[in-house]
Amino acid sequence: MKFSNFIYNFFFVGNFFPILTIVTVIGIFWYLVALPMNAEKVERKFKDLNATEKIIKSWNLEKPKLPTPHQIVNEIVNTVFYKKISSKRSLVYHGWITLEATLAGFFLGTALGILLALGIVHNRAMDLSVMPWVIASQTVPILAIAPMIIVVMNSVGITGLLPKAIISMYLSFFPVVVGMVKGLRSPDQMQIDQMKTWSASSNQLLWKLRFPSSVPYLFASLKVGIAASLVGAIVGELPSGAIAGLGARMLAGTYYGQTIMIWSALFTAAFLAASLVITINFIQNITLKKMAIIT
Amino acid sequence: MISIKNVDLIFETNDGPVQALKDVSLEVGGGDFVSFIGPSGCGKTTLLRAIAALEMPTKGHLSVNSKSPDSARIDREYGYVFQAAGLYPWRTVEGNIRLPLEIMGYSQAEKKERIQKVIELVELKGFEKKFPWQLSGGMQQRASIARALAFDANILLMDEPFGALDEIVRDRLNSELLDLWMQTKKTICFVTHSIPEAVFLSTKIVVMSPRPGRITDIIESTLPSKRDLNIRDSQEFIKIAQRVREGLKSGHQDEVL
Repeated sequence: MKFSNFIYNFFFVGNFFPILTIVTVIGIFWYLVALPMNAEKVERKFKDLNATEKIIKSWNLEKPKLPTPHQIVNEIVNTVFYKKISSKRSLVYHGWITLEATLAGFFLGTALGILLALGIVHNRAMDLSVMPWVIASQTVPILAIAPMIIVVMNSVGITGLLPKAIISMYLSFFPVVVGMVKGLRSPDQMQIDQMKTWSASSNQLLWKLRFPSSVPYLFASLKVGIAASLVGAIVGELPSGAIAGLGARMLAGTYYGQTIMIWSALFTAAFLAASLVITINFIQNITLKKMAIIT
Repeated sequence: MISIKNVDLIFETNDGPVQALKDVSLEVGGGDFVSFIGPSGCGKTTLLRAIAALEMPTKGHLSVNSKSPDSARIDREYGYVFQAAGLYPWRTVEGNIRLPLEIMGYSQAEKKERIQKVIELVELKGFEKKFPWQLSGGMQQRASIARALAFDANILLMDEPFGALDEIVRDRLNSELLDLWMQTKKTICFVTHSIPEAVFLSTKIVVMSPRPGRITDIIESTLPSKRDLNIRDSQEFIKIAQRVREGLKSGHQDEVL
């Protein structure tokens, strides 16, 4: 493809302009809302400034009620690029701690989800009994359960990554169970009858028909699951008094009124979640293309 | 080969029992080409599925290769071709034909040799590496037939395999199927609702009628076993077709009375 074509497609065919429009609208709205929210503080500290100066001040306060986008971006750039990665003030360091727990929880959750789905599809007793519990598990607020998991595991001497990963797993197994049960049951009666005419074993039915049929469903679940995993890991960092991780960073920001710190951790978390989902999307596209499944 | 004696089959549904087959008796000999014809609801597919042990008769006796249908199924004595080709979209033509061979545990060399052989038999050479979505409906159905032929079953059960195809493709596949039957000497049970198709293909035509599903006529074909499509214009062909039509009609009269 010619380069000019690429540029044309990028700007005028893809979703560049729609996205740009939305981001601009949100940005303008944000700066407008920041004015009344930060007005009180500006009034208190800088009484004798004129209106224009007050506006500029309210967008650049050190501890604003609502920090503005450029302050957040500044903080992120500072803490990502201008701090040593091993430093406790580096967002890369904190991001990595959270990412570790997220990935561990995601793999545990996916494994648990697939195992439960296999059980539900293959065992009538499990089919009738497990699903209500799975659904009930998700109606309990994770914020109520997280501290208990941390405390119980602490009492048996398990700290650090694993308790957070468990909380992450608790959130991420759910979409996988639901998606995989549907996926494993997606072959129609004719395909199952066909396997029966070849007198295939239930193992062969699983590996040659049910499992390949479930792959598109699995990926849809994984995308929801990995985002839920990240939420789980962050929530897991809140009650543990953890000193590292994006959750800890948000908590510290709350203690010291460092709103910019909270928002920059939030943005980093959002960026992390988006990257993870995009990565899974990428793996999905390659896999489905290889399997010649058109979705 | 296949022996059916006084078979009844009743489905229990939410609206009460439905009699799908009533007092059905039939003998299918080795190398026969038997067609089951009748309007929908006459139980022709149910009868085929009962032979394949996909349904259980409520009463009566059914044996396939002198075994119970279920042992025949477990011993892989028949190949079954469904109405839809049912190819796996993530497998190529070759991969789809390999599927039953994988399940039955054939050796690598034997798999290769058999795939080669049946692909030639159904004239799909050059399409081995194609995925199902790259094939026409007729080619998909041929691949599906190749898959049923790939292993050593001497019975082939076919449930309206060409039902979804247009007439031109259907004629072609019909004569190919006849050639294939002559070459392989398999016993074929073939469900259809096309009279010319049934007469053209069969050595024995079983006419069925609905509510309850039963056999109204069994016609031994007097046509020579080697035939081509032109035979459809012969007097004999027309005579047999007429008898089939009458059998279908009489089934309907019963219903009115």
